[in-house]
Amino acid sequence: MPGMTDKAKRPETASSPAIELRGISKSFGPVQANKNISFKVARGTVHGIIGENGAGKSTLMSILYGFYKPDSGEILVNGQPLNVTDSLTAIRAGIGMVFQHFKLVQNFTVLENIILGVEDGKLLRPSLAKARGVLKQLAAEYQLNVDPDETIEELSVGHQQRVEILKALYRQADILILDEPTGVLTPAEADHLFRILEGLKAEGKTIILITHKLREIMEITDNVSVMRRGEMVASVKTSETSPEQLAELMVGRKVLLNVKKSPAKPAQPVLEVRDLQLADDEGVQRLRNVSFDIHAGEIFGIAGVSGNGQTQLLELLGGYPEKGSTITGSIRMNGQELDLTGTRSDAATRRARGIGHIPEDRQSEGLIMDFAAWENSAFGYHHAAQYNSGLFMNNNAIQQDAQEKMERFDIRPRDPHLAARNFSGGNQQKIVVAREIERNPDLLLVGQPTRGVDIGAIEFIHKRIIELRDAGKAILLVSVELDEILALSDRIAVMFDGRIMGERLPSETTTGELGLLMAGVTDTERHDASEGIPPEAKHVQELPDEQAGGAG
Amino acid sequence: MDKMPKWADVILTPLISLILAMAISALVILAIGESPWMALKTMVTGALGSSYGWGFTLYYTTNFIFTGLAVAVAYHASLFNIGGEGQAMIGGLGVALICLALPWPHWGVALPAAMIGAALFGAAWAFIPAILQAKRGSHIVITTIMFNFIAAALLNYMLVNIMRPQGSQDPATARFPAGAHLPQLSEMAAMIGIEWGKNTPVNITFFIALIACVLVWLLIWRTRLGYEIRALGRSEPAALYAGISPVRITVIAMLISGGLAGLMAINNVMGEAERLVLNAVEGAGFIGIAVALMGRNHPFGVLLAALLFGFLYQGGGELALWTTIPRELIVVIQALVILFTGALDNMVRMPLERIFLALRKKGRA
Repeated sequence: MPGMTDKAKRPETASSPAIELRGISKSFGPVQANKNISFKVARGTVHGIIGENGAGKSTLMSILYGFYKPDSGEILVNGQPLNVTDSLTAIRAGIGMVFQHFKLVQNFTVLENIILGVEDGKLLRPSLAKARGVLKQLAAEYQLNVDPDETIEELSVGHQQRVEILKALYRQADILILDEPTGVLTPAEADHLFRILEGLKAEGKTIILITHKLREIMEITDNVSVMRRGEMVASVKTSETSPEQLAELMVGRKVLLNVKKSPAKPAQPVLEVRDLQLADDEGVQRLRNVSFDIHAGEIFGIAGVSGNGQTQLLELLGGYPEKGSTITGSIRMNGQELDLTGTRSDAATRRARGIGHIPEDRQSEGLIMDFAAWENSAFGYHHAAQYNSGLFMNNNAIQQDAQEKMERFDIRPRDPHLAARNFSGGNQQKIVVAREIERNPDLLLVGQPTRGVDIGAIEFIHKRIIELRDAGKAILLVSVELDEILALSDRIAVMFDGRIMGERLPSETTTGELGLLMAGVTDTERHDASEGIPPEAKHVQELPDEQAGGAG
Repeated sequence: MDKMPKWADVILTPLISLILAMAISALVILAIGESPWMALKTMVTGALGSSYGWGFTLYYTTNFIFTGLAVAVAYHASLFNIGGEGQAMIGGLGVALICLALPWPHWGVALPAAMIGAALFGAAWAFIPAILQAKRGSHIVITTIMFNFIAAALLNYMLVNIMRPQGSQDPATARFPAGAHLPQLSEMAAMIGIEWGKNTPVNITFFIALIACVLVWLLIWRTRLGYEIRALGRSEPAALYAGISPVRITVIAMLISGGLAGLMAINNVMGEAERLVLNAVEGAGFIGIAVALMGRNHPFGVLLAALLFGFLYQGGGELALWTTIPRELIVVIQALVILFTGALDNMVRMPLERIFLALRKKGRA
């Protein structure tokens, strides 16, 4: 393979770490993203970097990859100081990066994507032929199987990620950085990815894994560094630590990883969904015969890889299905039929019927990022009598109300006049959660409640959702995080390709079983699921918007 | 955190842009062998040096306030209405039809009626592009600019074939009845014994324009409709999530915008010409875009920017009258102001933001 011939040029002293950072600092204006960070990554290990959102993980990796110039400090690669001025320098030094949002040309083939930027000459044919050979070798060596002639848009997310890894390896990367690699994968795909990483490690490659999932850190890393508020607070051997300890290091205080909840006391059905079908404006069937009930006082969880109809279901229930959709079936709320089309099927009518909604995408739906927190605190309920006086909105009342919500939900900074975009992800989400929960809806739709939210806020949001359940309300929870679904739900349904594959009780199922259902495998047609998604499911993965919306 | 204080954002940035535009204008004037200093003096004395100059400056300002507000309201809904020109033309048609329909006894009766006519006609002209945008997704920039041409052709047809008095060679309507004459500011001043702005066209519409600024401010920042307009303008998915109908808000915002543009006709058609002539709008609809841009779509900013452009318009006229600087150069100067304050806004803003950040850092250290 090409890496071998080149390796000799790189200075290698067995004792020197693959990567060493010394005193790296970086600030953006008044924000100090990285404070005096020093750490070492030993060669041939998997090193995890864990921290909450905004802790500075991505900034640090961007510095290593040459996207940002550090204000101070130095970078050593294989013991040699390296001035990483741009990503080309990083690539030459053997650093490869797999971004959270893939950087692939959708309508190019795998091969074309792989040689993009490293073509050997003016003509493509020789480069493509060479890449094909190298690819075959890599595929055999690391179980990195991808059809080199398939276009990217035809590939599942898991396969697209493999292309990213192949790209880095083709560029002779010895050190591979992966940024939140499992956010968009099914559990089976994630397992496969970990096997690939283990194979790479066995070959002597160094891997840096950035994640916020404690389970992954425990599963695959040799060492782990914890970041908090721009500082590296600890670097430890994974075998000598525990998830609880890591969580505490990340947040800076003790955290309850397991949600405490009493058994549900389901009462009368609040939401009854029957044979719901939805085809989008291109005629693609997004929901197929979806039927379920949600009772008062229970949390109904829907698991699934994003892009399998959950978004369409939430939007339809919330009163804003995509324009041009064809919808059939029925939805009953508290025994009353809801309009599926027409002017009385909009989100305002749904709210009037007692449906609250924490949307999947808080930044483009749940909040107006340029609006102040107080303006957002009434969003969707701005016609309510308490926020108005006659012709005008009662801005004082809204501000007062927002201030109180900020107290009750511990939203920081406690400034209702600050624009929503200036809050951290967790606090933005709390603005939405406070608004929706405090209306005390009979049914609360919850989409990805903790995506891009820090651990401290996750704990808080989970507690509030359970409190609402205990107050006798019905909750529909959609999440791609299986842990979250398992921790919160009283009943779990798995969606795949617009269908509900089955319902399970959390006490009577396993991650493995749910994972199979998420990949579209039912008991009757169980086959090798290690390849992730069976071919008939591929078109589901083609939704670029869903992929871009992956773990934020 | 905001990058710089608000005063720097709304005052310093346009001011620096303006100074840059003036500097380049000065170079152009130097290049054709005239003195920029004299040119500036001529403009200032001509536009602001006498009550006569002020009378014209404020008359133009009134036009620009209406067209500027029209652009600003649509902009809050993220709609770029560049059809103010056509909407003002058609608004003029409404004014003329109403004023000529009855032998109005007193302007106090004629004015409300004409205002309704102006606003309705202007709004109607904005309605078609609005509904096309809302229902069919036809881009409002394309449709409104095309509607400017249709408005001009329609007006041409109406004036030449239908509304022209018999025997007249002039493509214009008959003179409005005396009862439709709006009080000029000079007349109002004379009533309280002050001689001000004799023979200038500024009239009572100026005050209506000021009231319009206040009303637009109330609409945008104090009403549920304004809240919904701003929400839709910032994020359509969020508007849908909140139960705000994009179709409804798009249409309403454009109706208000067109109505405001149409109201300009009260000033130029009813208040000044007292009959409808071809090309009565004289490009004020387009200047409204620059006014709204410079005024950052805030009614108070629109008022200040309208005043500036009123000054440039009147001062430019004086320049053409008293110096050998050609009329076209005045347009160049106005264009430079538009270019710097509107299009090149970020050229000034970004370095300024950097300076403020550096200052703040130093302050903390």
